[in-house]
Parts: sequence; C-alpha cells; structure tokens
Amino acid sequence: MNKTKFSAALAAAGLALAGAPAFAQEQAASLDDRVNQIFADSTGWFVSLIFSNFPGTSFPWIVAWLVIGATVFTLYFGFVQFRAVGHSIALVKGDYSDPNDAGEVSHFQALATALSGTVGLGNIAGVAVAVSIGGPGATFWMILAGLMGMASKFTECTLGVKYRNEYPDGRVSGGPMYYLSKGFAERGLPGGKLLAVLFSIFCILGALGGGNMFQANQAHQQITGVVGEYPGWITGLVFAGLVFAVIVGGIKSIARVTEKIVPFMGILYVGTALIIIAMNYHLIGWAFGQIFAGAFTGLGVAGGMVGALIQGFKRAAFSNEAGVGSAAIAHSAVKTKEPVTEGFVSLLEPFIDTVVVCTMTALVIIITQQLVTDPQTGLYLLNEAGTGVQTVGGTSGVGLTSAAFGSAIGWFPYVLAIAVILFAFSTMITWSYYGLKAWTYLFGEGDAKELVFKVIFCVFVVIGAAAQLGPVIDFSDAAIFAMAVVNIIGLYFLMPIVKRELDSYMTRLRSGEIKKFN
Amino acid sequence: MSDKFVVGYDGSVAARRALEFAVSRARAQGGTIVLAHVLEWSPYSFLTPSELEERHKRRREEMARAEEAVLAPVVAELNDSGVPVESVIRYGNIAEILGKIATEQNAVQIIVGREGYSALEARIFGSVAGTLVQTAPVPCTIVP
Repeated sequence: MNKTKFSAALAAAGLALAGAPAFAQEQAASLDDRVNQIFADSTGWFVSLIFSNFPGTSFPWIVAWLVIGATVFTLYFGFVQFRAVGHSIALVKGDYSDPNDAGEVSHFQALATALSGTVGLGNIAGVAVAVSIGGPGATFWMILAGLMGMASKFTECTLGVKYRNEYPDGRVSGGPMYYLSKGFAERGLPGGKLLAVLFSIFCILGALGGGNMFQANQAHQQITGVVGEYPGWITGLVFAGLVFAVIVGGIKSIARVTEKIVPFMGILYVGTALIIIAMNYHLIGWAFGQIFAGAFTGLGVAGGMVGALIQGFKRAAFSNEAGVGSAAIAHSAVKTKEPVTEGFVSLLEPFIDTVVVCTMTALVIIITQQLVTDPQTGLYLLNEAGTGVQTVGGTSGVGLTSAAFGSAIGWFPYVLAIAVILFAFSTMITWSYYGLKAWTYLFGEGDAKELVFKVIFCVFVVIGAAAQLGPVIDFSDAAIFAMAVVNIIGLYFLMPIVKRELDSYMTRLRSGEIKKFN
Repeated sequence: MSDKFVVGYDGSVAARRALEFAVSRARAQGGTIVLAHVLEWSPYSFLTPSELEERHKRRREEMARAEEAVLAPVVAELNDSGVPVESVIRYGNIAEILGKIATEQNAVQIIVGREGYSALEARIFGSVAGTLVQTAPVPCTIVP
C-alpha cells in the first residue's frame, strides 16, 4: 500500500509541476485515476496473499520458495548449469541437429523465441526498480538468483518437451499444464489435473499482468518521458490495436518485423551499456565494491541486507521467469528426439537474460551514480517517502534506466524509448500465446473461445497503460509468482523423470552413441 | 552408370531454361536428371511462438505443395519424353544444398538458371548462381 501512496504522490507532484492542465486533460487524467483505483482495490487481496511475510519477519515466503526451488534443482542435477554449458552452446549452434530435419524448429529458434518473451522490460525497468529500492547490493542477489535459476529452467523445459502434444494436423505444443497432468498420471500420483488447472488460471493472470499490463504501463511511461505527458489510455489503445492486428487479424508482418528488430535492439542495448561502463572504467572496481558491500550490509537502504536480497531475487525471477513455467511453453515446439537437449538449451536463457542483460542495466545505473549517497557517511540517502534510495532525477523504473543512459550518452533515451516499446510489444505477443495456451487448456480449443481470450488480452493493454506503476507491478509480480508456486510443486514430483533422461543422455553422449552431425 | 545432372528447379522461367538445357545434355549423353527443389530456410531465423507451434505442420504443407505444384508436372512431362528423372525437396541455403545433393548423387554437373539481377543487387543480396560458382563441388553451368 505504501508503494501505491508513493506513486500517487509522485503523479500528483508531476501534475503540479506541469502547471494548470487543460480541462480535457484533467478529465482524461481522472479517467486514468479511476482505472487505477478500481484496479488497485480489486487486486489488493491477491497481492497481499502472494507477498505475505513469514510470521514475525519482513521476508516474503514466495521469495524463499523460488530460491529453495532453484537450490534443490541445482543440487539434485549436480550443478548441471555449469557442467553442461559447452554442450548447450553446441546444441544451439546446430552441431547435433540432423540435416534431414531442416525446416523444422531448431534449438536456436526455440531459444530465441523464449528469450523474446523474457528479455524485455524486466531487464530495463525491473532492474531499475530493484536497485532503487534495494540499493546496488540487489545486483549481487539478482545474479546469484539468475545462476541458480538456470537449473529450474532446465528442469521445466525438459519436461515441457517430454510431455508435449503432437496433434494429428502437425501442430506441436506443450507446457506445464500438460506435464503436470500427464507426468503425474504417469507416476501414478494424484492431483496432477488440479495443479494443471491452477497453473492455467495463474498463467492467464500472469499473461494479463506481467506479460501485458506491466509492458503497456512502462512503454507509456517511456513515451511520455520523450514527448511529454498525455493520458495513458491513448497509448493503450494504440498498443491494443497493434496487438489485436497480430493475434486476431493474423497480420504476421508486424510480428515478423518486431521479431527481427528485437534481437538487434538487445545487442545494441548491451553494447551501449558496455561502452558506458568502459567510459567510466575507473569506477568499475568501485561499482563492484558497492554491489558486494550492499549485498551484505545494505549500505543504509530501506530494509538493509534483507531488502537488497528480496529485491534482487524478486526482479531476477520476474525477469528470467525461471521456475515460473512460462518458457516451457515456447521451448516445447522444438524438433528433437531427446527432451533433455532442450533443457540444456533453455538453461542459457536465465544466463543471457539475468547474468548478462540485467547486470548491464544495474552496472550502468550504479556507475553513472544515479543513486544519491551521503558524502559524509557514504551511505545511500532515502527518498522522502522512505521507500527507496533517492535518485538524481527522482525517477524509478524505466525512467531511472533512461536517466542513467542519458547522463552518459545524451541521445540514448530516444533509442531506449524505441527499444522499450519494441521489447514491450514482443513480450506481449509471446505472453498472449502463453495465456492462450492456458486458456485453451481450461476451455478447449475453438475459434470463438480463443477470440474471447484475445479480446480480453487487448482490453488489459489499455488498462495497463492507464494504471499507475505501483498497483500494476504488484499485481504482475503476484500473478507470475503464483504460477511458480504451482509449477515448482510439480517439478519436485517430476524431477526424477528429468534425472533419468539426463543420466541416459549423458551416458549415450559419452559412449559416442549420440554423435555430432557437423 | 549414367551421368547425373542436378537441376535447381523452382518453377520459374529461368529454371525452366536451365531444365531444357539439362534435358538436351542428358539426351545427348544418355544421362539422368535430378530435379532439386530447395526451400530457402535458416535455422537461425526468428519466429513467433505460434509460428513455432505450426512449424511442423507448415513444413509438411510446404513440401506437399512443392511436390504437387512444382515438381510433379515436370516429372510427368520428362517421363513422357523418355528422360529418366528423380526429384528431391530440401530445406536450407539453396546454393549449399544443391552442392550437397550433387555430392550425394555423384552427379557430374549442376545446372541452374539465373534471374538476371544487376551486379549491384547481386552484390547486396547475393545470388544463388554466384555462390554456386564459388562453392560447387562439381562443374556448374549457369544458363542465362
């Protein structure tokens, strides 16, 4: 609730600064406010449930849940994320792909599509939220969570391929709802169906939240940062129209153009971050010092070390979605005879997403000194509301990242605005598919049923752009983490199956039975 | 063993010219025609999730369409005229795959047509004929 008040106060301050707004603008703003209020009121209970703390502490149980899951998978599979990286890269390059399967979905394509759903605003805006609330130390916990999350991703994507559906008409799709129901039945365990239904419900909410509203919201914030304030629902309508054209109208060209530009934008983003870091090379040591010191002492941020840890873990999970189960849906269409090969490939995803891209954002924010410190003590100063670290421009979220890049390269915020819009759009397209798969699991396939979901999805684009960041980010996090609750329960029961696949594959790989083609 | 001529065939006018040239060679030498249709494809392209789901289905449809609309009429025509012919459909980089087919089939020659792009276009977009000249494992004839 604090965060809601804070963002409302920020918005009020913004309005006051803008001077006397025109009458029409005032009305529009009040429409935005109303949407925001209704949204915050109707989702509050769900958010509180997911983010409730362990009794007597300020540690949310859901963060522990994700970390314990990632740790269990890391240990159970003997640090597979470090042992198998070389083989993962060989698989992505196509060294083990049968040339006769050309024209089918390659490992690279499955990975690239899954990445386009995860690399996005979580990496740009989410990380800024993490370091502005948790301080630089959040970066350390974020990287750690990214490395551990590789094992969770490995587990879920192997299962995604193993229990996928191959329909008679040639379509191939899968995901947690299918491995939960089929996998539990195969092991003779009860409750698989129930978990699958719960997962699907949360996946639909997650698709509407993190995969949609959060994206629309941050894209709007980014556009207003460049062109000036205007009501959010306008951005929402434009985005909703484009999303509608792609997912309902089947206009593939829009999606295809986005899919081609997004990887380029990703490379440009990381490249620019590296240049800014190189420009400030004398501060690199200091920045890592801040990250390590902050990770264990908090350096005066709200919540101290625990605050940094919670923020780091939360943002990593939200960004790379390891343990959430979403990526298993995208990965399951790959052409392979060995499900575990897609597990190997998918474990690169949290690495690229979190350990590389998120870390770049954090380093740029820290190194350009956007976080205000007390010159006497070296500790971070809190903002007036006491909810986070004071930033140079008083910004948070994507605004903070933009300010950090802009302080080093003046024109980059414009490029970033385009990148954010494209990332937001491609993430929406990917998540609309995840949500749709969950929807058809619950309600069955059929054009009319699918259209209902697609229209709901587009409506939420508008709501997301109009609402304020606080309630949107809370709901998005809550829905996505609710998916992880169900998914990780399932993974615990199904991980012996993955272990069997892994052991059998490794034995055959070592004996030379599985050979390279190229 | 009769000489094999691999013809890159996509149903275009240029490909038709290449085929006619190849048929006259095959007749003269008592050779056979390998009709090769390559669908341009890269494993490193980017697809949306719904395209991933439908990829296997689309591939089946694309191959059926190629077989039916592009290759079958020509195979029937050549069979009628008494020239032995077999057909191949593959996915990949066109020039590279034509080279591979020639190697696999122990062909004596690859024959392709050309679209007549300007030098500038060919330089920017690359051309199958140009690449084949550089990479073909057997002699290569480009029919203008």
